[in-house]
Amino acid sequence: MTKVSMTVNGKPVSGVVEGRTLLSAFLREGLGLTGTHIGCDTSQCGACVVHVDGRAVKSCSIFAQEAAGATVTTIEGMANADGSLGAIQQAFQDHHGLQCGFCTPGMVMSSAALLAENPKPSEAEVRHYLEGNICRCTGYHNIVKAVMAASGQDVSAVAAE
Amino acid sequence: MPKDHGIGASSKRREDVRFLTGKGVYTDDLALHGEVHAVMVRSTVAHGSIKAVGTARAAGMPGVLAVFTGEDFAAVGGNPAGWLINSRDGTPMREPKRPVLAHGKVRHVGDAYAAVVAETYEQARDAAQAVSDDSEITELPAIVDMAAAVANPGNRVHDEIPDNLCFDWGWIEDNRAAVDAAIKAAPHVTTLELVNNRLVPNAMEPRASIGEYFPGTGDYKLTTTSQNPHLTRLLIAAFVMGIPENKLQVVAPDVGGGFGSKIYHYGEEAVVLAAAKKLARPVRWTAERSESFLSDAHGRDHVTKIELACEKDGTFIAFRTETLANVGAYLSNFSTATPTFLHGTLMAGPYKVPNVYVNVKTVFTNTAPVDAYRGAGRPEATFSLERVVDKMCRELGLDPFEVRRKNLITKDMFPYTTPVGLAYDTGDYQATLDKAIAMADVAGFEARRAASAAKGKLRGMGLSTWIEACGIAPSHLVGVLGSRVGLYDAATVRVNATGSISVMTGAHSHGQGHETVFAQIVADKLGIPESSVEIVHGDTAKIPFGMGSYGSRSLAVCGVAMAKAVDKIIAKGKKIAAHMLEAAEGDITFEDGKFAVAGTDKAKTFGEIAFSAYVPHNYPLETLEPGLEETSFYDPANFTYPAGAYLCEVEVDAETGKVDIAAFRCADDFGNIMNPMIVEGQVHGGVGQGIGQALLENTHYDENGQLLTGSFMDYAMPRADDVPFYNVDYSCQTPCTHNPLGVKGCGEAGAIGSPPAVVNAVIDALHRGGHSHVTHIDMPVSPSRVWSAING
Ligand code: FES
Ligand code: FES
Repeated sequence: MTKVSMTVNGKPVSGVVEGRTLLSAFLREGLGLTGTHIGCDTSQCGACVVHVDGRAVKSCSIFAQEAAGATVTTIEGMANADGSLGAIQQAFQDHHGLQCGFCTPGMVMSSAALLAENPKPSEAEVRHYLEGNICRCTGYHNIVKAVMAASGQDVSAVAAE
Repeated sequence: MPKDHGIGASSKRREDVRFLTGKGVYTDDLALHGEVHAVMVRSTVAHGSIKAVGTARAAGMPGVLAVFTGEDFAAVGGNPAGWLINSRDGTPMREPKRPVLAHGKVRHVGDAYAAVVAETYEQARDAAQAVSDDSEITELPAIVDMAAAVANPGNRVHDEIPDNLCFDWGWIEDNRAAVDAAIKAAPHVTTLELVNNRLVPNAMEPRASIGEYFPGTGDYKLTTTSQNPHLTRLLIAAFVMGIPENKLQVVAPDVGGGFGSKIYHYGEEAVVLAAAKKLARPVRWTAERSESFLSDAHGRDHVTKIELACEKDGTFIAFRTETLANVGAYLSNFSTATPTFLHGTLMAGPYKVPNVYVNVKTVFTNTAPVDAYRGAGRPEATFSLERVVDKMCRELGLDPFEVRRKNLITKDMFPYTTPVGLAYDTGDYQATLDKAIAMADVAGFEARRAASAAKGKLRGMGLSTWIEACGIAPSHLVGVLGSRVGLYDAATVRVNATGSISVMTGAHSHGQGHETVFAQIVADKLGIPESSVEIVHGDTAKIPFGMGSYGSRSLAVCGVAMAKAVDKIIAKGKKIAAHMLEAAEGDITFEDGKFAVAGTDKAKTFGEIAFSAYVPHNYPLETLEPGLEETSFYDPANFTYPAGAYLCEVEVDAETGKVDIAAFRCADDFGNIMNPMIVEGQVHGGVGQGIGQALLENTHYDENGQLLTGSFMDYAMPRADDVPFYNVDYSCQTPCTHNPLGVKGCGEAGAIGSPPAVVNAVIDALHRGGHSHVTHIDMPVSPSRVWSAING
C-alpha cells in the first residue's frame, strides 16, 4: 500500500492505494467521485474518461499511482463556478445528447479534450475523435450535434433534416 | 409555432442536469455502511456435470465471509418463464427449473454455480478463483447448433428433455392447411433462408445488485439494475425465495440503459439477498463487462425459412415461415413470448395478405439465455418479411416501392384484422411510404449513384415498410396468448397541500426521459408549470404496483394510467370547488388551472383547491372526503400499432466489401407526439442499434460453446464513425383510437424497421453494380461477407 496525492477538480487529495488500484477505482471508491463510470474491463468503452494534466485518459487504463502529482479533472469538475452547466454540458442538454446518462461523463470529457485541440471540428472529426466512447442509447446523432454546437457551429441544418 | 411547454413541446430533460454533472446515482455508485462484496464463480465450460464444488480452501481465505453453492438454493424455487406456450399438438412447453445457482450441471459458459462473499472485492475475487480452481466439473459435449440440438436426441441440455425442444408452435394452426394449399397453387413462390443474428444487448451500465436485510423487522431491500422493480419483486418473492412481497422492497435507481436485458430477474439478485440475510450486512455485486457478455440475456438468434407466394404482378397470396429460435440454456422470463407472440402475430406485416402461417421451434442450447432485446420478435418478423419481399421483386423484375404500395393495407380498411390474430386499430401506411420517398429524394438517386460510381463505390437504396404491436399490455389479450402476468399499468397522482404534485408511476426510466415527458403531460392537463410536477419511479415502496418499461409501453400504458389519474384529480377538484363556491358540481368547469362556476366570475385556482383539500375545516364529510390523491390502473383494449417506412442508402466498396451508410430516412407514425425531441432521440438510438445488427454485431459461440465475442474488442458495437446523421420524420400521425392520449409508443421502432432497410440497400447496390448473383447476405453484413458474396 502506498500513499498517493494529486489534485482533483482543483482540490488537493490523497489516499492509500494498492499497486493494482486503477485511477478509476481511486476516484470512485477512494474519493467518492462516482460520476466517472465503469462500462467495461478492456479499456474500450470510454465511460471512465477523465483529464490528466489536460489530456483525455481512460481512467481504467492507468494506475492511481501513475497519476501521483498530476492535475485531474473529472465530470464533477466541469460545471461553471456558480454550479451552472458548462458550455459542453449545456450543449448536451440543449441537443438531447444523452439518454441513460451512463456514457455521458466520458463523452463530455472526451468532447472537451477534442474542442481544446480542435475548436471547430467537422462532423467527421467529431465522429472520429469519439470513436473510443461507446453509447448504446443515442445512435450518436445528438452527441455529434451537441459537440458541434458547443464549438459554436450552426447545427440548425442537422436539426431540420 | 412549436409549443414551449406542455404536451407537444420539446422540453429539455430535467434529468440531464444530474447526469451531466456526475450526480446520477446508479446502483454501483451507492456505498453502504458495512457493505461486503459478492463475486460469482462461473462455468468455464459450456456443458458439464458438477462433481464437486471446491469451497473448503476459499472459505478459509482472508476476508471470506461465506461461500454459496447450488446446494444452498436447491430447496428454493426456480426463476420462472412468464409465458406458457403450448405446442401444436396441445402439449405445454417443456419448462426446466432455472436454479439460482447451477446445481448438478452447468449449462453454458458463464453459468454461475457458486458465489463468494468477502470483506473486499479483491478478496472475493481471489476466493472465487480458488473455488473455480478447486471444483471438479466433467465436461460434456456442448450443444451449440440448433439444428444439431434437435437432431441429436442423445445429447441433452436438460436431461429430462430428449430432443432439446421447448415447444413446437404453430400460428395459427387452423390456418395451416389453407396456407399450404394457397402456396401450392400460387403462380410464384419466393423462398429465403436467413439468420437473424444473435446480439448482446450491452446496456452501457453493467448489471449490479445490492442486497440488504434488516433483522429488526425482517425486511429485505434489493437495489438493482431493473426496468421493472415490481416484476422483479414478484418473481423473487413468489417464485424464487418465498419472501412475503410486503417484506421485500425493490429499488431500481438511475439505470444506465436496458433494451430488454434488465427486464428479467437474474440469480445474482437472489444471491445478494440470501447473503445479506445470512451475514446481516449489505452485500453488493457488480458485473464486469465480461460477465455481462456471458450472463445477460442475449437477443434474436433465429434461423428462418420464409416463403412468399404471390401473383406475377406481386400481389401477395401467402407467407409461410419455419423458424428455429434459440432460447439458450434456460428459459429467461420473457423468452417464450419473444419468438411466438411478439413475432408470429406480426408476420402479416402492414400487408393485406390473406394467408399466413408461422411455425417456431424453440430450442435449448448450451449458450446464454436468449430473451427480448429492443424490438423483441418484431425485428425478426420484419426482417424476414422485408427481405423476402425484396427478393421476390428481383425475381419478378418488379419495383419494390410499387409492390409494397400495392400490398399495404389502405387507410380505409381500419380496423383491420390480420390472419395472425391482431386487429390493427389505425394507420396510414401509404402516407409514411410517400413521406419516406419524399425525404429521400428518390428521384435524385440516379445522380447520387453516378457520383458514387465515379468514386469507385456501388450505391444502393433499401426500403422497409414495417409495423409493430407495442404498448405491451392488454391483460385479456396477453392472457389468451399465454402470459402468466397481467400487463396493465398504474399511476398515483398526489397533489400536495401547497399545490406541488408528486406522480408515482409504474414505468421505469432508464434513458427514456419520463421525468420530463410525464411532467409535461400532467402540467398540461392541470394548467400548471412543469416545474411543479415531480415524477417518482423505480421504488416498490413508493409507487403503485406497475409492470415497468419495455415493449414501448411507458407512454402508451403507464402514461395513460397517469393521465387517467389526473382526470380523477380534476373530477375531485370539481367536487371541492362546488363546495367552496357553493355551486352545483355540474356547473363547475376546469380550464387553465382554474375551477370556475360556468357563466360567472366565481373561480378558485388549482392551488386554492389543493390547499382546501388538506385543510378541510368545513367539509361535508359524508359527501366529500379530504385529500387530493388519485390512483388509476389502466389496462388498454388493444396493443398499439406504430408503423413506418425506412429508406437506407449505402455505398459499398466492392474491393474491400466495406459498407458505409450514406443516408438513413425514417418516416414514422407514432400517433400523437408528447415531446418531439425525445421521440427523435428514441428513433436515433433504435436505428443505431439496427445498423449495428445489420453491419457489425455478431455473437459467436464456437463448437465447444465458448463465446468468442465476449468483449468490446471482439464484439463490434456501433461507434460514432459507423453511423450517419439520421433524418427522422413523425408528421404522419394517426392517433391510437383506444387510448385518450392517442399515443402509440416509439422506443423500439428504429431497431425494428432498420435492419432490413440496410440489407436491402446492400443487395441493391450489388445488383446495380452487376453482382446480380447475390440474393442474400446474412447479418452482420461485414466486409468479409460482402466480399465473399461478390467473389463467391
Ligand atoms: S471503463 Fe474505462 S474504457 Fe471502459
Ligand atoms: S446515453 Fe446511454 S449509453 Fe449513452
